[in-house]
Amino acid sequence: MSRVHVTCTINGDPAEFLCDGGQTLLDALRDEVGLTGAKEGCGTGDCGACSVVMDGRLLCSCLVLAPEAEGTVISTVEGMASGDDLHPLQQCFLEGAALQCGVCTPGFLVAAKALLDRNPDPTETEIRYGLAGNLCRCTGYDKIVRAVQAAAVTINES
Amino acid sequence: MLSAMKYASPTTVAEAVDLLGSEPDARVYAGATDLIPQIRAGRPEPAVMVDLKRIERLCALDSRGSTYTVGAATPTSDICAHDGLAAAFPGLVEASGLIGSDQIQSRSSWGGNLANASPAADTPPSLIVNDARAVIAGPGGERTLAVADVATGPGATSLEDGEFIVEFELDEPPARTADAYLRLIPRTEMDIAVVGAAARVTLDGDGKVAAAAVALGAVAPTVVRVPDAEAALVGNEPAGDALAAVEAAASTATNPIDDKRGTVAYRRQVAGVLARRAVSIAAERARERGGQS
Repeated sequence: MSRVHVTCTINGDPAEFLCDGGQTLLDALRDEVGLTGAKEGCGTGDCGACSVVMDGRLLCSCLVLAPEAEGTVISTVEGMASGDDLHPLQQCFLEGAALQCGVCTPGFLVAAKALLDRNPDPTETEIRYGLAGNLCRCTGYDKIVRAVQAAAVTINES
Repeated sequence: MLSAMKYASPTTVAEAVDLLGSEPDARVYAGATDLIPQIRAGRPEPAVMVDLKRIERLCALDSRGSTYTVGAATPTSDICAHDGLAAAFPGLVEASGLIGSDQIQSRSSWGGNLANASPAADTPPSLIVNDARAVIAGPGGERTLAVADVATGPGATSLEDGEFIVEFELDEPPARTADAYLRLIPRTEMDIAVVGAAARVTLDGDGKVAAAAVALGAVAPTVVRVPDAEAALVGNEPAGDALAAVEAAASTATNPIDDKRGTVAYRRQVAGVLARRAVSIAAERARERGGQS
């Protein structure tokens, strides 16, 4: 069957790929574009491991059909660092050991960045609600919340 | 998985109607937050997925005169960020914000919430107490239906083949009127309602109830209106015996199921408690608005 040609912007660069009509954006990012940061945890929008930002909206790429990406602007975890300089969230996750197996981490980073972009100085409660769409089965969340708090301080000081 | 389907993104309502007419096995969707998980769980794949989000009217948030129109595919995050809606319908906006995570909020919509017809859907009870109407497009043109008449059972609606919800209409509430929505879930976030209760109260100049609407979710195959609760409130202050009558009437009106989230007895009891509290909150909000109207 004929494949769909999609043109969009990914992490600031023009991108194009071919996909099937029923392929998810997550699968297209991983299998067609080669960006494997977003992960499939549940495939049903519960775990947030596939989180990306599309046209300014944080969403689960497993619940988006790839052809919907036509003309959109997408940000993934691969776009967070500037060259060798990690984003403050990435740095604070590393320094705070806010990950163990790491499968959920790209989703948490993308969701936490979306949260801080919207609310630069969130309370702990706001962080916990803001990240409720991301599941972590290793850390118990506490180190993740502390890493986001630390990153907020770093970002606000700079 | 999912790869056999075709994707279509019409840009007008007429184009979408034509598409659905020419392809009987097409399925409209907005955020796909229910549809994709259903397909993954084994529901047959439609031949064509018709994305409604490129139709401007489906994602518009407008007011015409004293009527708000909200596109059926408008993300609930946009609804929650809309000051006019939040002021006019605080309970409905709260219900909208309770659906899923921030990721889901970017995609979930009133149209999807209603058309998927889950008995536990959060927004239909609040849409119903606010007398919301659904504008429906199909091969026969457009028609307007009370939201209460859309869902007919779990996963079933009164929409005909080829029809879909275009937008919702909500009239600006009268003076001294407000709504509230309460939901019980076993966790604090990211779960499906055990019981949902929506109430809208209009007070008269003396602080007595002039009009009331109470609707319950997740306690029957479709949303349950509670006319006995509404009758008990009208003409009385929203307190004491009237609230006790609301609680009793709401419990009696339910027809719940037993499942992992709650037993029949638990749901009945909680329905009464939430209905009473929702009425109290709505009445308090209506009272606060007394000075403004």
